[in-house]
Formats: sequence, structure tokens, C-alpha cells
Amino acid sequence: MIGTDPARLDAAKRPTPSAHVPLLVVGAGAAGLAAALAAAAAGVATMLIEEHPVSPELMALDVPLHFGQRMARGAGNAALMERVLDSSPGLAEAYERGIDVQLGVCVWGLFAGSANSPDAAPHLVGLADGVRSWFVSCDRVIVASGARDLAIGFPGWEKPGVMGAQAALQLMQRYDAFTGSRILVLGGGPLALAVVEAAVGKGLAVVAAVEAEEASRHDDSAERFRERGVAFYGGWVIDEARGSIEVESAAIVRLDETGKPAAGSRTVLDCDTIVMSVGTVPNVELLDSLGCRMQFEPLRGGWVPSRGNDTATSAPNVYAIGDCAGLGADPTEEGRRAARAVAASLGMTAFAEGEPEPEPEPEPRIERPHAANRSVQRARVWLQAQIAASGLDVCVCQCEEVTRRELIDLRPPRYLRAMVPDAAPSGRNLQALAADGPLNQDQVKRLTRAGMGPCQGRRCREQVQMLLEAVGTSEPGAVPLARYRPPVRPLPLKVLAAEEESAALRDHWVAWFNISTQWLAHWEAKPVPFAAPGQIPVIGDSE
Amino acid sequence: MSGAASAQPARPRGSSVIIVGGGVTGLSAGWWLARSGVDVLVLEKGIVGWEASGRNGGSTAHPFSPLFREEQRLWPEMDSLLGYPTEYQAHRLRVALNEAQMAHYMRIIALAERQGSTWAPLDQRELKELVPFVSDAAIGGVMCYYGGHANPQRTVQAFAWAMQDCGGRLQQHTTVTGICRHAGRVTGVMTDRGRYDCDVLVLAAGPQIAELAAMLGVTVPLASARVEMIITEPLPRLRYGGVDGNGIYGRQTLRGNLAYGGGPHEWLSPSAAEPPRRESTFIMRSLAKRLVELFPGAAHARVIRSWAGIVENTPDGRPVLCRLSDPDNTVIASMSSVGFGLSPASGRAVMELARDGACSFADLSALHLQRFNALPADWQARMGWQRDPVRGQ
Repeated sequence: MIGTDPARLDAAKRPTPSAHVPLLVVGAGAAGLAAALAAAAAGVATMLIEEHPVSPELMALDVPLHFGQRMARGAGNAALMERVLDSSPGLAEAYERGIDVQLGVCVWGLFAGSANSPDAAPHLVGLADGVRSWFVSCDRVIVASGARDLAIGFPGWEKPGVMGAQAALQLMQRYDAFTGSRILVLGGGPLALAVVEAAVGKGLAVVAAVEAEEASRHDDSAERFRERGVAFYGGWVIDEARGSIEVESAAIVRLDETGKPAAGSRTVLDCDTIVMSVGTVPNVELLDSLGCRMQFEPLRGGWVPSRGNDTATSAPNVYAIGDCAGLGADPTEEGRRAARAVAASLGMTAFAEGEPEPEPEPEPRIERPHAANRSVQRARVWLQAQIAASGLDVCVCQCEEVTRRELIDLRPPRYLRAMVPDAAPSGRNLQALAADGPLNQDQVKRLTRAGMGPCQGRRCREQVQMLLEAVGTSEPGAVPLARYRPPVRPLPLKVLAAEEESAALRDHWVAWFNISTQWLAHWEAKPVPFAAPGQIPVIGDSE
Repeated sequence: MSGAASAQPARPRGSSVIIVGGGVTGLSAGWWLARSGVDVLVLEKGIVGWEASGRNGGSTAHPFSPLFREEQRLWPEMDSLLGYPTEYQAHRLRVALNEAQMAHYMRIIALAERQGSTWAPLDQRELKELVPFVSDAAIGGVMCYYGGHANPQRTVQAFAWAMQDCGGRLQQHTTVTGICRHAGRVTGVMTDRGRYDCDVLVLAAGPQIAELAAMLGVTVPLASARVEMIITEPLPRLRYGGVDGNGIYGRQTLRGNLAYGGGPHEWLSPSAAEPPRRESTFIMRSLAKRLVELFPGAAHARVIRSWAGIVENTPDGRPVLCRLSDPDNTVIASMSSVGFGLSPASGRAVMELARDGACSFADLSALHLQRFNALPADWQARMGWQRDPVRGQ
């Protein structure tokens, strides 16, 4: 005898997708474009999703990059669209080759058919623009979601004018909408150099590059900055971003041989923008939230998906390429490799023997600093140097206003301390928590709220991770990756809300399980509901 | 007092009482036992509150339970009893967008009223004053002067810390792999970290209780399911954050976030080789739709994350809270998907079952496992409590 539970999640409740495509590519950077073009050339119908141009409202939240309020406002959507197209010749080619290119659309969720039968295709892909969200389904997904900036806090870093390198490069090179004019660059590696070159190319002033590590410790970087007319401060860190509301200047200090600020070294530099160019983080949020197996690769930017040679992740039919799969690879080559694997898996002949693969237009405008592969180690050097210079009473999580000290002391969040003055438990700090077992960032997040704000942890994840490592005296990567959850972009309720639902979902919606006896007095015995064979207990439309 | 737990010196590899499961029920029981002077050890396979105990709606209103009065008595005291904040806030509001919703709420409110709790109807104007972003389409609401809400993870952590403060011990990242018996009694448990001895065993491991009890030859009929919630960015605080309606349940947190759940549950395979993922699904768009219908004035609020949790249900949706007769030194504590809010009371009940053999403050006879003695083996299939093999396809 088989009964049915009309309120359970089943096939009849699945939404009808707006479209079905054999292949969906997330991100139209170098890797995503190469993949889409190669797949299309092999005859695979392809949809290419690119979230740029991003709306100014989202930029103001520092989503998806740390824009630091340095974007010009007022440019209309059409103008922004045009600039994004102009800055990426490959997009025009993609249109010409019949790829379904969608600009200004974000992917906020990837959903497998079922976690417990994960080979079930097709996947549902959650898309949204500024107005509405929708689902498409696809047989294969190639994720090329790029990378974002790693932030390390210092006094005043919450002021408008402090931003990340990827955001600065996007605003300068892709949007032509960068409003800073005097720039201080934090970092002395290839990423910092890329920012300097982009800024100089725009005729902007770069007042200095500041690098926590001493120049002598690595190559000729000082020389490379000086060649471009930029003062290089090796062995220095930033002490404070100054200004009444926005950044107006920055104080920097030299660290002596003992790692302490050298007396009398504090120097104030005039600037309106401070670009954090210390490290880059692979954008793994879609891959992790889907359940792809992840691994920590210190030379490739940290947490990245485990992949096979064909770029396939552990999630069936999901491929990852470019920076999101690990910094430093050749994006075009990876894109083509993924396209070949997808075409083959769909039974298409990828490229006929002897036929040259299509060459996508090079991407000349956006710098791609490959050698970010020291960023994991460099970030830890920077954090220690910043702690030596500015101490622990520095904000880590801007959204929830959590300082390094509050994190380390595991202090209840501010809203709670305001309501319950004695809410600070004595002796219950990170060290005490570590005595009960390995530290877990998600647990610390729920206790302190670091990482729980509208920017979805983009500005604080790595800082929290590094502080937990430091307290637990563990290796980079020893603290498990804090889980990502959909929606991986902060979407207004009215945007996320489903416009249509299946009749089965609508008609059998319950707030909780539809077990009639659960809602009757438990002290009065009732027979188990199925005592009458075939009879289905249904409680009202809610609770 | 044969078979009863008693105060005695702590042993390095065991404890008078071992509780399997560091969720809210097990930790509350551990805290009650520790503060009464009983040597107690909680074994948790992962981190405290990592399953449904730490991710749920946070409601503290369960009028259908024999533990309701004790739940209501204890919650206002918990912050000071534990010494750590739970974020408990009193009272709940029910909002009805139609007569059917109102009728459903009133059936449950009537149960609370029978037990001495009070409530008041709210007209549209009063409702709007309390919940400015509520829908104009609401036909009215009910103010419940009972129940309330608390922060799930913070509450679990408070129980764990308070238990440790009283001398109870917590061992995380420890999975129970077997139960040791001698002469008809449980003598300890085997784990992936070795053996721990005990005089009394409490099984409070949520969905895993069935598997653990089976090691004793005891059948506890449980089906596991995944349920999910969405969370928005913070909004200005309401006076009363526990507001349910329109087919969804949840609360405004003290920080201001809206956290709401509801909709289809996914039954899970009982014997999955790997633990089921706590994934979120396409249901989140339908949750957003119902939240916008309930609170149009909050339609601009950004959804910034989602949760999912795995809960267990018995065939009648009611807890199993009892001490077994064979082996007679074992307590079963499954709260059947309504465990969080009842935890201060259920923990006290488990303490008494473990220590004294019976609960003194509530009649738990209807929650004994023996009510399922005649249950057919295929009950789950008969009820359709099984995963759709092609879910979503």
C-alpha cells in the first residue's frame, strides 16, 4: 500500500523554466567568452550570462566587488550597456555567432535536480536583473565567475574611497566611470602594478604604492613602480584612512625590524582613493552553494573547486574555469577545454580533425594580473603587519560592525549588548571555543554576526578566516570554508518572488508538515493518521 | 535506586549519564542534569546545534504539547538561568489574509486558552500599528500573550556553555558507532574515539535516533525531511517580532532580519551513505512571494541568505519522550520536528526520566514509544513519507 503526501517536494511542484538551453555559461570574462565561443562553434546552443553592467544600487552595497563608492552615478543603463560592450570585443562576436548573450543579468543560484540523486539533469539556474528573477534550465553549466578582492581592514577603511583592485580596474577599464583622482595603492605585487598602470593610463595620479613586505624580499617590484613615477614604500603599512566623511588622506607607517611601527615614521599622503591590491579571491559562491567538492590551494588563491582534467567539478554536468577555479591559469585555454568536454558529453563533434579552433578576439582592455598566486601568503603577512600597526580595535565586518577584538573575544553582537547590557559572557572567547573542537567560521559567524550582512561577507570572509587560523594556530586552509548559500546576490524580496507557481505547489502549500495529529492536544491519544487505509490527512492551509 | 543516575566523581572515559546528540534537546537535558549535580557527558558528531536545532523559526509557542505550561514558565527565565543570552522575546502575532487562515490559528489558540493562556483579536488598524509593513489585505490578526521567539544557535550555545559551567562535559566531533550492553542493561557506547561507559543512556540525536535505537533492537519510527527558510537584510524593529501568517512561519530577529520558512518538505532516504545536504531549492522564490504578500511594505528588503535543516517526524508528528523498559536505563528523546521552543521543558523532562525514571511535572504517557507497537513495518510508504525519486525533474 503506497500513500501520498501531497505537501512533499516532488516533481509536480517544480517551476516551469523560462527557457531550456543545452549549455549555460556564467560570466563573460576571458574564460567564459572562450568557452561560449568554442561551444557555439562546436554546435552547442549556448546562453552566456554576464552580470555587468551592475546597477549603481548594487555597487553601493559593494556587490559584487568592493566599489568603495567610487563609481560615477547618473550614466543610464543603455550607456553602461554600450560601454561594457565596447570594452569587450568578444561579446560582439558572441552575438554574431548566435550565442544568447544576456548582459546585466546575475546568476544567484544553481540548483541540482536533487542532492540525493545529483546526476539528475537538467539543472535549474536562478537569474535576475534589477526588476525580476526567473529560472532557466540547462543540461550543462560552465561557471566562469572570476575573482573578487581580498580586503584587510585598517582604521577608517569603512570610509567611501576605500575600494578593491578588481573594482577599480572594472570602473576604470570597463565602465569608464571611476571618480577617484589621487590614488594610494596598497600592495606591491602584480595586481597593484596593474592598478597603477590602469590609473596612469587614465591620466590619474598615483601618490604611492605601500607594501607590507620589504622590497628587498622579493624581486624588483620597487623599481617597477618607480619606473612609472610612483613612490614605493616597502616595509610600510597603512595606519589610517583620514577624512571627515570620505577619504581625504592616508597615514602610513614603517614597521621596524621587530615588526612594530617605527617611531617618527608616520607620514600623511594626500589621496581621495585607497585601492586594496593585496590579494584576489576566486568567486566560488555558486560552486560551493551547489555542493561542489572544494579544496584549499594556497598558490591558486585559496578555496577552489576540485576538478578533473576536463575542468569538470564533482557536481555532475558542472564545469569551472578561469579565476573562479584557481588563479593563474590560462583562461582561454581552460575555456576551450571545458567547451570540448561539454560538446563531447552532449554527443557533438567538438572540432573536426584539422579544422582550426575559432580564435576569440583577445581581451586587450582589462588587465589580467596572473601572478596573484602569492596572495594567500601575502594576505597573512599583511594582516599581521596591520595588526602590529593598528591593533585589534579595527572593524572586520562593516555590515555588522564587528571588530577584530570582538571577534577574538567572541563578543555578542552590538544590538544584543545594547539590549542586554550583561550579555558579554566572561571567558568564552575564540580560544575557549577552540578547546571544544576545531574552529568553524560558520559557528563564529552566528555568534558574532561577522559576515552576516547585506554584502554577504565579500569584504570580511578572508579576514575572519585568517583571524581564526591565527587564534587556532593552524595552517592556511585548516579552518573549513564558510558555506555559501543562495541567493549569492542580495535580491530584494519583490525581485526574488516567484511570478508563477505550479498548481501543485500552490494548492498544497503548508507552513509545516501536514500531520493532523501534530496540531491536536498531544496528551489526548489519537490513532496514527493512516489507520484508515488510503486516507490522507491534510491540515489547513497554514501551520 | 537501581539504574538511576546519581552524583559521583567524573570518570575520564565515561559518565553517569551519556547523552548522544548535541542539539537543543540533548544540551538542555545535559544542562538540567549538570545543574542537579549529575555527572553528564554529551557526545556530538559535529558541532553543537549544527542540525535543525540551530536553524529553525525560533518559535516558543507549542500549546498542543503537555510541556506547554513548563515551556511558558521557563522561557522568560532562561537568560538568567543560563547566564548567556538566548534573545528570547515574549508574545506572538498571527496575521490572517483570509478566513481559512484565521480559523486555523484559532484552533491552536483555543488549545492555549484551555491551559490558561490569553489572547486578543486585532483589527486592521491595531495590526497596522504593530506591524507597519503588513498587507492592507489582512482581515485581522491575533495577539497571543504567550509564546515568543529566541535565536536558535545562540540558545543552543547558551545551553552548551551553561552545562559546562555546571561541570557537564561536551565532546564534539565524536560519532557513536555502537552501544555496549551487559545483562540486559546499557553499559556504554562505542565511538570513533573509543568507548565511553555510562549508567544511563539518553538518545537525543534527532533523525539518527532510529539508527541508534536499532542497535538496541528497539524500533523508533522516524522519517527525516529537509525544510528551508529565507533571511532578509535587517529592517526597522517591530515591537513584537514573532509574526506568522499567509502560510509561512518565522520571526523578525532582534537584529531586524526577517527569517521565514514554510512550503514543501523533502522526505529523505533513511539510509543515505552520506549525510543529506542541507540545500536550499527553488522553493525560496515561493517563500519570497508569500512574504511579500504578507509584508508588502518590506518588499524592498534584500534576501541575503537561506537555510535548510533536517528534522525527524514520528508517524503522528508527536515527540517520543520516554524511558524504555528494555533496556531500562535508556531514554528516548525525539521531539518530532517541534523541538526548539519546547527545549527548556523537554530537557527538564529528560533529566527526570534519566535520574528519577519518571517526569514529575507533566503527563508524558501519551508520548511513550509503545503507542507505535502495532505500527506496520511499511508505515513510511503507506503515508507517502518518501522522497520523490525524480524530485524537481
